[in-house]
Amino acid sequence: MSCCGAQMTAEEADAVAGLVTAKLSAFLKTLRDNSFAVGLGEGRDAAALMATGYAQKPDLLRSAFKHLFCARKTDWEKFDGLFDAFWLGRRVRNRSTVAGSTDPGKNPALKSLKDKTSKGDGATDQVPSDGSDDREGDGEGRMEGASRIESISSTDFRKLSDPAELELAHAIAADLARAMRSRLTRRERARSRGYRLDLRRTIHGNICHGGVPLRLVHRRRLEKPLRLVMLLDVSGSMSMYTGMFLRFMHGALDEFREAEAFLFHTRLAHVSDAMKDRDPARALDRLSMMAQGAGGGTRIGECLSDFNRYHAARIIHSRTCVMIVSDGYETGNADQLEREMAALRRRCRRIAWLNPMMGWDGYAPVSSGIKVALPYVDLHAPAHTLQSLAALEPYLARL
Amino acid sequence: MSRTEIGERLTNAGYIADRELVTAISLMQMLRRPLLLEGEAGVGKTAVAYGLASVHATEVIRLQCYEGLDQSAALYEWNYQRQLLAIQSHQGADAGVIEDQVFSEKYLLERPLLAAIRRQKPPVLLIDEIDRADEEFEAFLLEILSDFQVSIPELGTIAATSIPHVVLTSNGTRELSDALRRRCLYHYVDYPDVERETRIILARVEGAGTDLALQIARMMEAIRKEDLRKLPGVAETLDWAAVLVGLDISDLKADPEAVYETLSCLLKTREDKARFRREVTERLLGRVA
Repeated sequence: MSCCGAQMTAEEADAVAGLVTAKLSAFLKTLRDNSFAVGLGEGRDAAALMATGYAQKPDLLRSAFKHLFCARKTDWEKFDGLFDAFWLGRRVRNRSTVAGSTDPGKNPALKSLKDKTSKGDGATDQVPSDGSDDREGDGEGRMEGASRIESISSTDFRKLSDPAELELAHAIAADLARAMRSRLTRRERARSRGYRLDLRRTIHGNICHGGVPLRLVHRRRLEKPLRLVMLLDVSGSMSMYTGMFLRFMHGALDEFREAEAFLFHTRLAHVSDAMKDRDPARALDRLSMMAQGAGGGTRIGECLSDFNRYHAARIIHSRTCVMIVSDGYETGNADQLEREMAALRRRCRRIAWLNPMMGWDGYAPVSSGIKVALPYVDLHAPAHTLQSLAALEPYLARL
Repeated sequence: MSRTEIGERLTNAGYIADRELVTAISLMQMLRRPLLLEGEAGVGKTAVAYGLASVHATEVIRLQCYEGLDQSAALYEWNYQRQLLAIQSHQGADAGVIEDQVFSEKYLLERPLLAAIRRQKPPVLLIDEIDRADEEFEAFLLEILSDFQVSIPELGTIAATSIPHVVLTSNGTRELSDALRRRCLYHYVDYPDVERETRIILARVEGAGTDLALQIARMMEAIRKEDLRKLPGVAETLDWAAVLVGLDISDLKADPEAVYETLSCLLKTREDKARFRREVTERLLGRVA
């Protein structure tokens, strides 16, 4: 091995190799900190590449590492900046690393989530401890859950100020999502009787009987699970309800095999991953970062446009119910809202609009936002009490 | 094979690659990993596989994925009809002998995955639109792509004669698993820039002059900046260029009416068409031509 014409000793070569390895592993750590999924295999391949001369050409090395370490478009877009910052010492325009703690106290909804999560119960399966130990397994537990619902379910969330009551309401929402999920699967199972015969496999399976079809093979029904996409309005006018629905979303994300969650106010944030995060503190950090600006106005049309443009193709399939939770007070352009609702309508199976205002006496959907949206909505339902959430279940089961 | 050589071979095959793609292909050889291509529909992901095939002077074996795709359609299947006929014609013979006979190579139908690992010369295995297949299939694919061998209960294990060059494409209709992503090299295929799109038009559309190709490429760049539901891809560009050449148009600005009339090659939804009125076309033409 030679460097600048001079011969390196074995020790020097080892030292150089050690430095390169250390630098490379620091880079791998940087990538992981920026949520790149980089494993040992990639690290080994990267080291091999550096040893084969790629290290001498930064552009080539960047391109090679980019292909090796990126796994999705978001990685692809931020890789060059990270590489240049790390290896070439250039400034990066957008800070990519996930910032540490963010103050969640600004938004009461997020705060209530923090109160929950800080108790160490990141999972949503929390049920009130009183008398609910036998909840799982048999029907009785669920009955008892139902009786709890009765006592509190007709209370408007706005009036739920007692933390214990709030906690209970949150737990019931999670329960409800679970009940909806299990009913759905039971119904799906019941409906899937009456299989068709799979002739090809029947013939194959009966070759040992000389082709006489003694054993019939039935075609397996392809089960496509229901997908629930929730879009939650976290603007100022909804602040009373946000805590409740966040809790409900969290429950639903856990309970439905396929669910996606978005928050919107003046812009849209995809929060499924953040809400699924097992580490409660980190989940909250991520959520509060995404929800920055919550509590202000609402631009439903613009947010729906973002949703249709950047997320719908990936997220919506033929068995998707889109659930929009909003009071429909649009501070943006109503025409745009109508256009985007029409586009959304074409894509998904059903749109349910849950409106907390509907529970108020004398409420009529006359605001410009809700008026243009309603023609495209299959279900416009009140959502100010737990009862109203529970009433959604038969509707979802029809999907 | 050097990177320059890869680039040249791709160009000769009519695929104008950017430098990053050339790096990706040279890495595929070196690290023996599959290449996962993502990007909008119509940017030429599938064409990369065919370009790669001409780099290695080999064939493409394509597995088109769809919902419900299963092993028998992807890997192998027995030819039941012929098996039954054989059984019928050997009535009375020893059952064991018949069984050995009907479960032999002669009655095995190769599907793309099996075919790909049994070729003498490594082919390009194109697994197209993997995001359309179910998650179960994706998991099964992981297994075969790591072992490159297939176990057929009646025949035993068939090991790969040669390891194919694997290219996977995805349009992002479903999120792929991390496990699959991590096994692959990743390349995001973006819309080409004006210079590359011009070269693509020149390479693929006979009779297109440099001026026209440049005008078309600039126009495409402008159209893609408009707020459309379905942005036109490279395939659409080529269609449009072919139509314009067919109409003997050599300067877009000289005949805005013809440009407007032929925009149906690019705009594929009613709303996009409605949005692209004559004034819009002329405004864009004014800017680019």
